[in-house]
Amino acid sequence: MASSAATIAGARPHGRASFVKRVLSGDSLSQAVAFVCAMMILVVTAALVFELWTQSALSRHKFGFHFLANSTWDPVAENFGALPFIYGTVVTSMLALLIAVPLGVGAAIFLAELAPPKLSDGMTFLIELLAAVPSVIIGLIGFLVLVPMLNVVVPSIKDLLGDHAPFFFSGAFYGVSILSAGVVLSIMIAPYIISVSREVLLAVPKDLREAALALGATRWETTWQVVVPYARRGIMGSIFLAMARALGETMAVTMVVGNVPKLTGSLLSAGDSMASVIASQFTEAAGGVYLSSLIEVGLVLFGITIILNGAARLLILATTEKGAK
Amino acid sequence: MKRFTTALIALAMVAIGAAGQALINGGGATFPYPMYSKWFNEYKAKKGVAINYQSQGSGFGVQQITAGTIDFGASDYALTDDQLKEFQSKRGMAVLEFPTVLGADVPAYNLKGVTAPLNFTGEALAGIFLGKITKWNDPELVKANPGVNLPKTDIVVVHRSENSGTTFIWVDYLCKVSKEWEMKVGRGAGVNWPVGLAGKGNEAVAGQVEQTANSLGYIELTYAIQNKIPYGKVKNADGEFVQASLASVTAAAAGAAKNMPDDFRVSITNAPGKGVYPISSFTWLLVPEKIADPAKKKAITDFLTWMLKDGQTMTEALSFAQLPKEVVAKEVKAIAKIK
Repeated sequence: MASSAATIAGARPHGRASFVKRVLSGDSLSQAVAFVCAMMILVVTAALVFELWTQSALSRHKFGFHFLANSTWDPVAENFGALPFIYGTVVTSMLALLIAVPLGVGAAIFLAELAPPKLSDGMTFLIELLAAVPSVIIGLIGFLVLVPMLNVVVPSIKDLLGDHAPFFFSGAFYGVSILSAGVVLSIMIAPYIISVSREVLLAVPKDLREAALALGATRWETTWQVVVPYARRGIMGSIFLAMARALGETMAVTMVVGNVPKLTGSLLSAGDSMASVIASQFTEAAGGVYLSSLIEVGLVLFGITIILNGAARLLILATTEKGAK
Repeated sequence: MKRFTTALIALAMVAIGAAGQALINGGGATFPYPMYSKWFNEYKAKKGVAINYQSQGSGFGVQQITAGTIDFGASDYALTDDQLKEFQSKRGMAVLEFPTVLGADVPAYNLKGVTAPLNFTGEALAGIFLGKITKWNDPELVKANPGVNLPKTDIVVVHRSENSGTTFIWVDYLCKVSKEWEMKVGRGAGVNWPVGLAGKGNEAVAGQVEQTANSLGYIELTYAIQNKIPYGKVKNADGEFVQASLASVTAAAAGAAKNMPDDFRVSITNAPGKGVYPISSFTWLLVPEKIADPAKKKAITDFLTWMLKDGQTMTEALSFAQLPKEVVAKEVKAIAKIK
């Protein structure tokens, strides 16, 4: 510490050297480079928003805010609304989180706290491998394996429920549906939650665990009441990363969701999501209002991602304050 | 390191070579791509002219040729008057449309216990896709299929999720046989479907039909033949139930050949005549009227001439229906319009 402070102090007298030399000295140069790197991200994001905004002008002028509330998607009459896609994106993502969060956090706790190290490392490797599987492969497996399986499971559940089926479990079921998309997404995002949460849990200081154990807590009490609360922010972070992936997923959703822009309220009916409709219709949308509307769907998706991420940050803030008390 | 440098140089040379050869760039329709790909390969082998084709869909072809980023486009549906106007205002000239081969849509279904091809009337298909005919044992279907034991189950309709030439042919036919369809849904490469599930591409629709019991979807004839997917017969304007085949599709075009307009923009769905398959269509190459570069102009006109003569003999092997002679003769004359 002291020696490095001395060298910095010692470097000061050279500060009178020419401007070029000062600029070229490591500190300012690295600062400048890092600054440019950081700015690039901002510039790219701003350019993206600008492009989406200008390219969607036709559609924004024609439909205004009604675009968000309109549930018709009619390329012949050129009447477009994003509501079914917004609904589909939000519902499939939430469904995916509903399945993947308990599963992912549970698995992470097992791998970080309970499993023997060898088993933990081996399983983590496999889970990270799952995260690297391209989404189109997951979609294909979803379509060829999961959908036929659900085609057997869901009707029998429906038979069991009989007339007591809740509204979100009503209507005919043909395999491809909002439900299938949610399940496929949950398989895609669970590895993110597991792998990041495990790292976070492993990073919890050993002292805390030892202190809890020394006070007579059982292993489970230590994990659940000391380690997990300490790692809460990181676990939340992993969940939001997973949510972002679920919101933006294209191919895997397109292959199992049924691609029908209709609002039904039932998880069993076919639907569509924002990312999926862009992926499936963009190349074939022949210009004009149609293309512009698809771009506006992209803009809305961008907005919704920001809103959900913002809400997520607020949630983290709120829970950390509570934790501090 | 040395090996890496060699690899880089090799890569650069390949890139330069490719850039030097790819004289003509085109893109568009995916349906005729197997045919086009074969033609371009043969043509390159014979004449040494390389033609690069991006099979990205008819919408892509129309958009890119209008923007002028490719030398020719390809589309499964003729341009609309609005699209022609847009081309004129953007490029300052007209666009010429040349039919190359023929396509057809077939109704493919998944119905246990039914082996012989089912008969469909236009009214039945329109009713099913409008959501008015919902059961397989609907009187309209029973009447057309005497002796077939049709189940009392719901019909699961499957269609395309994205805009496509296949969809255009299908709904163009439905418009002609059903006033209600024309009023409520209309004509287009993509429409606001009253009922059904959707898949992206012929393969997804075929997969969906295969997986879903009691389903009915429409797919390209070529795709159905090559993948051995069973499909039904459709009643034509003369009242016969005809199964789609290369011959019955060419027959549909022959009927239209007699009064073919000069711009070749003609719909041959529900065409009159004996043995005609009613859900057929041409697919077109889109070429700008004026080509500034003389080398490109020569390459494109030469290719069109070759495609209409030698090219037409290669269609059957790839299960594409070839153009009727009258249409070929008319097109050969139209090539002279390229300035």
